[in-house]
Amino acid sequence: MEILLKGLRLLNPYQDLDITSDILIRDGVIEKIEKIDSSKFPEAKVYDLDGKICVPGLYDMHVHLREPGREDKETVISGSNSAAAGGFTGIACMPNTDPAIDSAEVVRFIIDRSKDHLVDVNPIGAVTKGRKGEALAPMLELTDAGAVGFSDDGTAVKTASILRNALEYSKMADAPIIEHCEDESLAGGAMNESFVSTELGLPSIPTVAEDLIVMRGILMAEYTGGKIHIAHISSKRSVELVRDAKQRGIDVTAEAAPHHFTLTDESVRAFDTNYKMNPPLREQKDVDAIIEGLQDGTIDCIASDHAPHTIEEKEMEYIYAPNGIVGLETQLALTLTELYHSGKLTLEQVIEKLSINPRKILNLELPKIQVGEKANLTILDLEHKFKFAVKSSKSRSKNTPFDGREFNGKAIAVINNSQIYFESKFINI
Amino acid sequence: MGLSSKHLLGLNGVPKEDIQLILDTAITFREVLDRPIKKVPTLQGQTIVNLFFENSTRTRLSFELAEKRLSADTMNFTKSGSSAAKGESFKDTVRNIEAMKVDMIVCRHESAGIPNYLTQISNAKIINAGDGLHEHPTQGLLDMYSIREKVGKLEGLNICIVGDIAHSRVALSNIYGLKTMGANVSVCGPTTMIPRKLEELGVKVYHNIDKAMAENDVLNVLRIQLERDAGALIPSVREYHNYFGITEERIEKNNPNILIMHPGPINRGVELSSEVADGASQIILNQVTNGVAIRMAVLYLLGSKN
Repeated sequence: MEILLKGLRLLNPYQDLDITSDILIRDGVIEKIEKIDSSKFPEAKVYDLDGKICVPGLYDMHVHLREPGREDKETVISGSNSAAAGGFTGIACMPNTDPAIDSAEVVRFIIDRSKDHLVDVNPIGAVTKGRKGEALAPMLELTDAGAVGFSDDGTAVKTASILRNALEYSKMADAPIIEHCEDESLAGGAMNESFVSTELGLPSIPTVAEDLIVMRGILMAEYTGGKIHIAHISSKRSVELVRDAKQRGIDVTAEAAPHHFTLTDESVRAFDTNYKMNPPLREQKDVDAIIEGLQDGTIDCIASDHAPHTIEEKEMEYIYAPNGIVGLETQLALTLTELYHSGKLTLEQVIEKLSINPRKILNLELPKIQVGEKANLTILDLEHKFKFAVKSSKSRSKNTPFDGREFNGKAIAVINNSQIYFESKFINI
Repeated sequence: MGLSSKHLLGLNGVPKEDIQLILDTAITFREVLDRPIKKVPTLQGQTIVNLFFENSTRTRLSFELAEKRLSADTMNFTKSGSSAAKGESFKDTVRNIEAMKVDMIVCRHESAGIPNYLTQISNAKIINAGDGLHEHPTQGLLDMYSIREKVGKLEGLNICIVGDIAHSRVALSNIYGLKTMGANVSVCGPTTMIPRKLEELGVKVYHNIDKAMAENDVLNVLRIQLERDAGALIPSVREYHNYFGITEERIEKNNPNILIMHPGPINRGVELSSEVADGASQIILNQVTNGVAIRMAVLYLLGSKN
């Protein structure tokens, strides 16, 4: 089958590509990139996309899919649908499922669930068996089964000694250790420690709980030569630590979640549990530092930390409610509205952070907009103004602080694995 | 003229006129408590539920008595720990109770913010009887009432709250209320017991009890939680007493006229020496009586509001 995309601006900084052209895709592969007369391809389904922007398919390296174990919150399929609706053609899913992704069977189970989907799902394996922090998970087996990185996300790797071994061993798998940076003895609070937590009387998590584990990861990566990736960085000091480490040539990368560059702990004043996440919302100086880190490349990518929870769970008392918000369908819109349209990031930077860099960190093949390549594309409309309504979200969970927020810019279509998602429908192409 | 809000969630942001009105109204009810027949028909026909999700004897008894003195119909609901762990969500619990047609809910909960949440899921008037480490407004009001009763004013008075400020809802409510009323508020305690950036509330911080005593007219001394604090926040109760405990000797040396208050229950020999506790017992017990009057005033003012 053929589809013809008309009038696109093709943009991929990885290829130094920025041209205006039509694209013909046949059986999921890019067949032509040139000015195309649609009358010559009467069989092709034509999409008139004048002025829209075609970029390599977006990738979110930090997603919680909840399957196996909590399919009431999210499944591989519902999460993938949400990813497609949010403009993503690939996601990496975190191993804090039940059972944890600590065996080849679970990796294969997830990949099998996603095999007919437009969205690529790459499991992240656990660093330790059962994420208990005691014995290393079978990293080589996990990698062979399809895992692309390792993390005990939800908590940091329990001890420095296990982290050391994990960084050494994972070199053989050529995959990064993704650290949830939080010192266990300082953890357990319900919000950031600040003037606001003092006023609200909520138990709090200080930024130094994050900074300590960021520093530990950096030092250990330096010592072992292993590869560490800092998940959902949220504190100013942590951004500085990563910047310094990169300057010293240490193999460290970092990601930031959209809520950490758009919201502060002032939002917690309403005691709405949709503002409860871990790391917690920090102060304005931290938000500013994250934006600066994204601008100067200290922070390599943007990742949602999509964390679905049921309404019943989120409606609990603030100190008992679980951490996290869904983010796949607001991530791109927040990035375009808050960072691109405000002039803080260029469109090229946005593409690097939402498509190129996360795949580089996980050693995944980079999609190219080139004749003969598989079509793995996201089509952006930068001037599409809309009001986000969580009730129409494809995720099984609705826990978001962004319901009703006005955005400017969204993905109107994604193409991958011989399918297109357009106007809320998947079509085989 | 009534209160500006239909709830009492905390003292943060409550206007001076409202606090003044509650304190003045409490004077009348305080007199009622000294009568042979201590009951008035003010809230007859109103139903109040005391929703206590955390252990409390004194505050609950005080509220219950205040409600009975006002002739309200009262119900008690006591439950501890996470509601979900017990099988019914907090929201369902509250909705069920409210379906019995209650006018006011008095709530104590270990999670900060629960009273605010109650205003969203219920139509009843909400009174916060302590939420996590956030606020305990009626305790703050009764402390202010007791100080005013004893000294005659709050404005311009130097008042220091002593103890574990970081883990005290009483301290925060006192700070908010007293500052609104024009008092100079300070706190004194070991560095580990002072919450971050407290100074931003316009509060002076002492780590030396002698200095705090010399520079203040009133000390409101908080209870040290023996089980929680010793070993983690302070090395030992003995060391706390030696460096922060209020003794006769310290009073004599620093400020013989200082007024010592305590929201109770007292750990004798820890935050107060036994002699000081006995010497201050009149005002400390008076705080308890005033607590009933303050709660009557709050219930009356909210209950008579449409």
